[in-house]
Amino acid sequence: MNPAAIPTNPPVATPFFFYLLATVMIIGGILVITRKNAVHSAMALITTLLAQAALYLMLYAPFVAGVQIILYAGGIMVLFLFVIMLISIERTEKERQFNKQWLVGIAAAAALGGLFIAVYTTTTSGRTLFPEGKLSYAEGENTQRIAGLLFDRATGTYMFAFEIASLLLLVAIIGAVVMAKKRI
Amino acid sequence: MHDVVQYIQSYLESNQTPGAAGNFFWATVYILLVFVGLSIAVIAMNWLERKILAHMQVRLGPMRVGPHGLLQPIADALKLLLKEDIIPAEADKVVFWVAPFIVVLAAFTVFVVVPFGPTHAITDMNIGILFMLGVSSLSVLGIVTAGWASNSHYPLIGALRSSAQMVSYEVAMGLAVVSVILMTSLNEASTGTLSMIGIVQAQQAQQQWFVFKFFPLGLIGFFIFAVAMVAETNRAPFDLPEAESELTAGFHTEYSGFRWSLFFLAEYSAMIAVSSIAVTLWLGGWLRPFPNALQGPTWDLVFSLIPGLTFLFLAGMAFYSTLRMPKHPLFRVQTIGLAGFGALLGVIGLILFIPGVRLRVQDIFWFSAKVAAFMYLYIWYRGTFPRYRFDQLMKVGWKVLLPTGLALLILTALVAMRGELLADVRGVWRP
Repeated sequence: MNPAAIPTNPPVATPFFFYLLATVMIIGGILVITRKNAVHSAMALITTLLAQAALYLMLYAPFVAGVQIILYAGGIMVLFLFVIMLISIERTEKERQFNKQWLVGIAAAAALGGLFIAVYTTTTSGRTLFPEGKLSYAEGENTQRIAGLLFDRATGTYMFAFEIASLLLLVAIIGAVVMAKKRI
Repeated sequence: MHDVVQYIQSYLESNQTPGAAGNFFWATVYILLVFVGLSIAVIAMNWLERKILAHMQVRLGPMRVGPHGLLQPIADALKLLLKEDIIPAEADKVVFWVAPFIVVLAAFTVFVVVPFGPTHAITDMNIGILFMLGVSSLSVLGIVTAGWASNSHYPLIGALRSSAQMVSYEVAMGLAVVSVILMTSLNEASTGTLSMIGIVQAQQAQQQWFVFKFFPLGLIGFFIFAVAMVAETNRAPFDLPEAESELTAGFHTEYSGFRWSLFFLAEYSAMIAVSSIAVTLWLGGWLRPFPNALQGPTWDLVFSLIPGLTFLFLAGMAFYSTLRMPKHPLFRVQTIGLAGFGALLGVIGLILFIPGVRLRVQDIFWFSAKVAAFMYLYIWYRGTFPRYRFDQLMKVGWKVLLPTGLALLILTALVAMRGELLADVRGVWRP
């Protein structure tokens, strides 16, 4: 009996996992804005980001998922926690939470809701905004495909955008150094 | 019964990892094996570290519990489990409770992709090395939250130091890793790979360990990683987050009993994890030493006998110590125990001589031997180097390792693409 012939497990990209991850993300997101303790908010945000990485995996984009874990959960959130830990938690616990941007919030939520409706509705002629797509290559090729899109001489269409984005980040880093240091 | 044997045999002859075959049962078996193996390795490291450090400092180290203190780690573990578990009154209970588990989860999850052999990995991911770096970088979250949740000064300072240190050294570490990934792309298809098994296979195909590739570029990358990995695991001389002489015990000062032992477990398995990254990326993973200079079937046979001989040598050491045990009746149990331990090692050694076992297990042996060399280095560092000051630590990370890593990356890319670059230059100059 060849082990490869043993019935393989069903794929992970099932509706069950999608709803599980989506629930985790939404609960995490709500906790981020309702917790008074900033460290608890940060930990809820980490949970949300990890669930998001799992969602990328479900979309057969392992490279994006890996980068999400390294950059957001492992890098940015550590810096967040670093700053938050220096805040006096006792004071923030006593302060009343406020939200002065509810008008903008409602507008943004309405726009997002409208977008969702637009995505999910099918016109009478059967056309949708996002037609159902199917992956044309194996999941394992994801990293190589992304590299091809970015750097390949023949297929690399996003090289310029990529370089511009990295230049922007460099400018931001230099700006941070200039603003933080009086004398360089 | 016959079916079961046949099933197991069919797997043992397969040339896939359980993850690639989508085989749930074997994946579970592998996960359990890796977990048990890691726990034994951590126990062994505990004993070895105390013994080796002691001998470096001209002491004897643990000698009381069992012959040569062999049972000391078990006694320690029992003590830790029976100890009162204290949570400080002012601590943030939930975060305090969760933090050790984050660290342990991060430290153990990375072993999903560690390739002990071409088929001996739980699974092989397309993003293997990225996954390992990402998940092991999550452990700092556990350390930071542990320090904060203790609501005490020393742990907070330890946590702050730890987060700053880990974020700084991750950058240099990443640059060194990227230079290796560039090297994997030097084949006809010129596509590199992030998969851990793929990286070792690239070294096999190029007939060169990446530490010797483009000498000295590979060596420099290896050096950057070897320094950064000590800093990543908070070990001496970079153990500022838990500097005993300054911060009592740093981020885990307020932890005791079982929770403290989780931190201990996580620290050692993280050390094993980063060492296995270094072994996979630069030292040829499961490949045996001298594949080029000493090749041919004779040498293959000789090298495949080494695992068994190593165990027989250890068994011989144990029997020699049995003979040297004091002949007093009080030592009778210990003497019998040591002889039994020696016999166990000898049986393992003999099993490793069976041809079928020998061929399947030698990969695991070479991988583990290379990782063990790193583990010894960790203890050696701790025994010899004085601790860095924090500003020195930052200076090394940002002003030495980072620029070197950037230069290394550019140079590796230039050297790797030298053929095409020269062709381009010639094409421009011809008219």
